[in-house]
Parts: sequence; C-alpha cells; structure tokens
Amino acid sequence: MYVAVKGGERAIDAAHAWLDRSRRGPVDQPVLDTAQIRDQMGLAVTRVMAEGSLYDPDLAALAIKQACGDLIEAIFLIRAYRTTLPRFGASIPIDTAAMRVKRRVSATFKDAPGGQILGPTFDYTHRLLDFRLMADGELPTEPLAEGDETEPAATPHVLSFLNRDGLIEDAAPDETPPADLTREPMELPADRALRLQALARGDEGFLLGLAYSTQRGYARNHAFVGELRIGMVAVEMDIPELGFAIEIGEIEVTECETVNQFKGSRSEPAQFTRGYGLTFGQTERKALAMALVDRALRWEELGEEDQGAPAQDQEFVLSHCDNIQATGFLEHIKLPHYVDFQAELELVRRLRAGLSDHEEDAA
Amino acid sequence: MSDQAYNFAYLDEDTKRMIRRAILKGIAVPGYQVPFASREMPMPYGWGTGGVQVTAAVMTPEDVLKVIDQGADDTTNAVSIRKFFQRTAGVATTERTSEATMIQTRHRIPETPLTSDQILVYQVPIPEPMRFLEPRETETRRIHALADYGLMQVRLYEDIARHGEIATSYAYPVEVAGRYVMDPSPIPKFDNPKLDDCPAIQLFGAGREQRIYALPPYTHVRSLDFEDHPFRATKADHACAICGSASSYLDEVITDDAGGRMFVCSDTDYCAQNAKGGA
Repeated sequence: MYVAVKGGERAIDAAHAWLDRSRRGPVDQPVLDTAQIRDQMGLAVTRVMAEGSLYDPDLAALAIKQACGDLIEAIFLIRAYRTTLPRFGASIPIDTAAMRVKRRVSATFKDAPGGQILGPTFDYTHRLLDFRLMADGELPTEPLAEGDETEPAATPHVLSFLNRDGLIEDAAPDETPPADLTREPMELPADRALRLQALARGDEGFLLGLAYSTQRGYARNHAFVGELRIGMVAVEMDIPELGFAIEIGEIEVTECETVNQFKGSRSEPAQFTRGYGLTFGQTERKALAMALVDRALRWEELGEEDQGAPAQDQEFVLSHCDNIQATGFLEHIKLPHYVDFQAELELVRRLRAGLSDHEEDAA
Repeated sequence: MSDQAYNFAYLDEDTKRMIRRAILKGIAVPGYQVPFASREMPMPYGWGTGGVQVTAAVMTPEDVLKVIDQGADDTTNAVSIRKFFQRTAGVATTERTSEATMIQTRHRIPETPLTSDQILVYQVPIPEPMRFLEPRETETRRIHALADYGLMQVRLYEDIARHGEIATSYAYPVEVAGRYVMDPSPIPKFDNPKLDDCPAIQLFGAGREQRIYALPPYTHVRSLDFEDHPFRATKADHACAICGSASSYLDEVITDDAGGRMFVCSDTDYCAQNAKGGA
C-alpha cells in the first residue's frame, strides 16, 4: 500500500525533540555549563571563533554546547548569528608587535629580543593518555615558575630584524581599504587582503591538507617559521566624535610569519619571501597552514612558475576553503531528489531500451 | 505571530535592498547571473539559502506563500522553509498554487499554470550552466560575455553521438531571449516548456554561489536542441495512480518488497485538486 510522504512537520518536531534529549545525556549527570566549555575546552572555543569569524568566547561555548560538540555545526551557528549583527565600523589595524605574548617561538633564530616563550603548548608532551584527568582532573601541586606572567613589554617581530638588512621582502603598509567578503560577492582574481580574509575563516582541516601538500612538493615554498606568536592585543577604534582612537577591547590572536624561499635575479639581489597567517585565539595549526597557503597563492606576484598545484590555484582554494559552504552543499544531497532521479531513471530506461526520441515518436 | 527579535522576513532592510537591486538587474538582463553578497542564513548552504533570500527580499506582509520541494508542500525541507517565513514574517501560507502570490520551489514548476500576479522563486544549487564543462568562474564569465557557447553545443552533440539523444534529463540548459544560456535549476526537462512565455516573474537564487538571475514575464526561453534532434519534454509513461492525470509529472514509488511500483503526481496540490475534479 502506498503511504504518501506526509507528516514531514511532525517528523521534524519529533526529531528535534530527540536531539534535545540526546544533547542533555543522562539526567543523573550534571549538565554541562557553557562557562566550563569556555574555560576548559578553550581550543575548541577558539576554533569556533576563528572559523565563525566572531570573537565571542561565551557565544562560541554556547554554540559548541548546542551543537553537541560538532565544531563545524557550532561554527555554522556562529556565522548565522554574526550575519545579523550590524556593522558600525572597522577597528584600526591591530598592532601585533605590541602583543602581550603568552607564546612566542622562532624556528629561524636561536634567540631574539623578547626571547623564546613556549607558553601553554602540546609541543613536547608525550601523547600518553593521562588517566589522572579521568580520575579527578585536579591540577598538579607544583606552583607556576617565576616569570610566567609575562610583562606587557612590546616584543618586536623577528622578521623585522631580517627586514632591516634587506634580506627579506619588505612588507610595505598598504593603505587600500580591504574588501569585505561577507558584504560583497567574491570576485576573482582576489587580491592578497581578500585571500587572507578567506583563509582566516577557512576550514582548518582543508588548509592543513593544502599546506601539507606544499611541503610534499605540490608547489613547495621552503617555509621556515620565522615567528609564531600568541597573545592578547588591543582593539582600537577611531571615534569620529573624539577625533582619536580608543581601545574598545582585547582579543587573543595567533600570528605566524614564515620565511620562504628566496627569489632574485641578475638585476635583483636574492631575498627571502614571506607568508602570513593571523587567526583568532590560540589556533596555531591554522595560522601555520594559512601562512603556507598564503605563500603558495603568491606565486604570480613573485614571478614563480605555475606548477598547477592545488595550493597555487586561488580559484580552487578560495571557492572550497569555507567549511560552512562546503558542508551545506555536501549535506544537501540528503534532501529529496525524487524528481531528478525519476528523470534520470526514465532516461536510463529509454537508453537501455535502445529507443531514440524518434523511435519513441513513431511508437 | 512573527518573531519580534528579527526584522520582517528575517533579513535587515539594507540587505533586502542589496538583493532587490540584484533582482532588478537580473530582470533587466534576463538570464544573466548577477553576483550578490549572499548572507549566511540560519539554514545550510545548499538547502535553499538563495531562494530564501530572494523570497525574503521581495516578500510583503500581504503575500500568500507556498513552498514546495519536489513538487510537494509536505516534504521536510519545504516544511522547514515555510515555517521559517511563518515565524519571521508571519505571512499567510497556502498549499494551493492558485491562491499563492509567491511560490518558492525546489526542482519543480507547478502543473497549474501561473499567472501575472505571481512570483516563482527557484532554489538553485549551481547557477552556472557551463560549470561541469568549465569549472573556472573566471572562464565561464568570459564565455557568457562573448556568448561563446560552442562548448555546450559540442556536449549536446556528443550525447547524441553516444546515446542517440541528449542525455540530460534535468537542469536542462536553456537560451533566454536569444542571448544568455541559463541553468533552469534542477527541474526535470519536462518542466522546461513552462519557463517559456510565463506570465509570472521567475527569480532564481543561488546563495552559496552568490548569484541571482531572473526571467521577466513573457520571456522567450528555448531549450537547447538541434533541428534534427528537437527538444522533447519527457515523463514516465503512466497516469497518476491517485488522480488519474496523464499529463502531470510523476514520482515513482516502490510499494512492496517484490519491486511493485506505482506512479503518482509529484505536484501534490495539482493531484489533490485533480482527484477532487476541480483542477
């Protein structure tokens, strides 16, 4: 007997009620507090803020809770919220040289003014499950070492020392106002500012894969981590009524500057080139990947050869790096396609029967 | 009724204005894909965000909205989108094609002929008809600018050479007003003739791809073909098992473990009216 596909509305309501119950889990366990997510799942929170393009740890924690820990779903919630917010202006560019760093490493110099600061990192941890965390999760009793609270002295960028000697390409300030890809349709080819904007909110996994591909020879660009720094920076905004900029808040960012293969010719002295990554929060895998992909995308401007590598192809990278676009379109194939499939069925049946349109006409 | 936390029909007025400008441009240049700054919507890309933005931009409080997916009002995503507008705009909704002033659709054109008082909004996944022949946007924009559509003709010819007919059964490309080649969205080619000379305004929204395009009323829309292989709209060679219509597009439904099948109208409103004898 034919049962029509009726009752979609009731099915949707019931499915969502089920989702609410499964999110809550067993009711004899305490409910997860968004403050706990914010403070104890900090790296998930920063990923959601970075790819959601909205710096708000509380909302990111809420999104993670609502999404049952599915970070792409959480990013989607944040994006959908962000798009409704009014834009009342743009900040002046943040000054990352004035960052209050909690982590700062350079792989190119053993030491540099400001020093190397490991900060809270997984690097050099042994990846052994720590069963104490399962038992009680209490902190070790050793007190923090002296000097862990970094004093807010300005820490100059490592690459500025290379720049002083002309060994690396100059990163001259560009006063052109950057386009906003959330307010204008992306036009290709995109300039570097727009590319960086897209990469900054791009999927960490996608950028990781692309960056990795450059390391394995698909448009290799010999990246050294000139500097990776994480810390708090002030956000300042020009207030027209005041006539000067005031600080409106602080955000945590990760900045990565790479020193890449040099270029040069008979007429131009050899010089290192740069890749750049900047992301919200402590998201260093993302910032590193972004810097490598940024550098790969600069092949044309630097007069390099088009190797046909995916990471060099800005249309490929920019059209596919957004995980909210990608996941939506991927998952839409779950929606009904009865009509198109029916059309295909008829076509295939007709082709298999060896009937052309003309023969069918005659029949 | 409507959710006071959001503007009427969800989008803010500036965004609606931006979208309306794109729509007007699209209507002025029929079949041309107008880039627009598509917003992130509270439903996923690929699930009708383009159609929803277009609908939201042109909707007025007096409108009566019908939403269909696969021709049916009660498919899950149609239900979801209809609820969205009930909640954010509080407009009246209907399942009757003839009562609606706006119809948002995915994959079908209603069987009941549309009128000049109606707007049909299509959800479009891939607006670029040349996309699977040429993946680069920079290149396809050049192709459209120069009306350099030879690639498409060759593809259609190769289909005939290989299969004896043009092996495209849905999203069948059309030429609009003698100029732009356009993707009519993944409607079955059975629906293509309804695009032509239609009294209603037809608007196409592709959210993820940031494109809007349009067919003004009574636009000539020709399905691409060859003189010796003319376009033919096809459907399953059956009549509807519920209403008996022999002229409507049919869904095939598997009814038992032994592979039993039946064919029923994909357009649920048409089927119900026809069964009542009032279509």
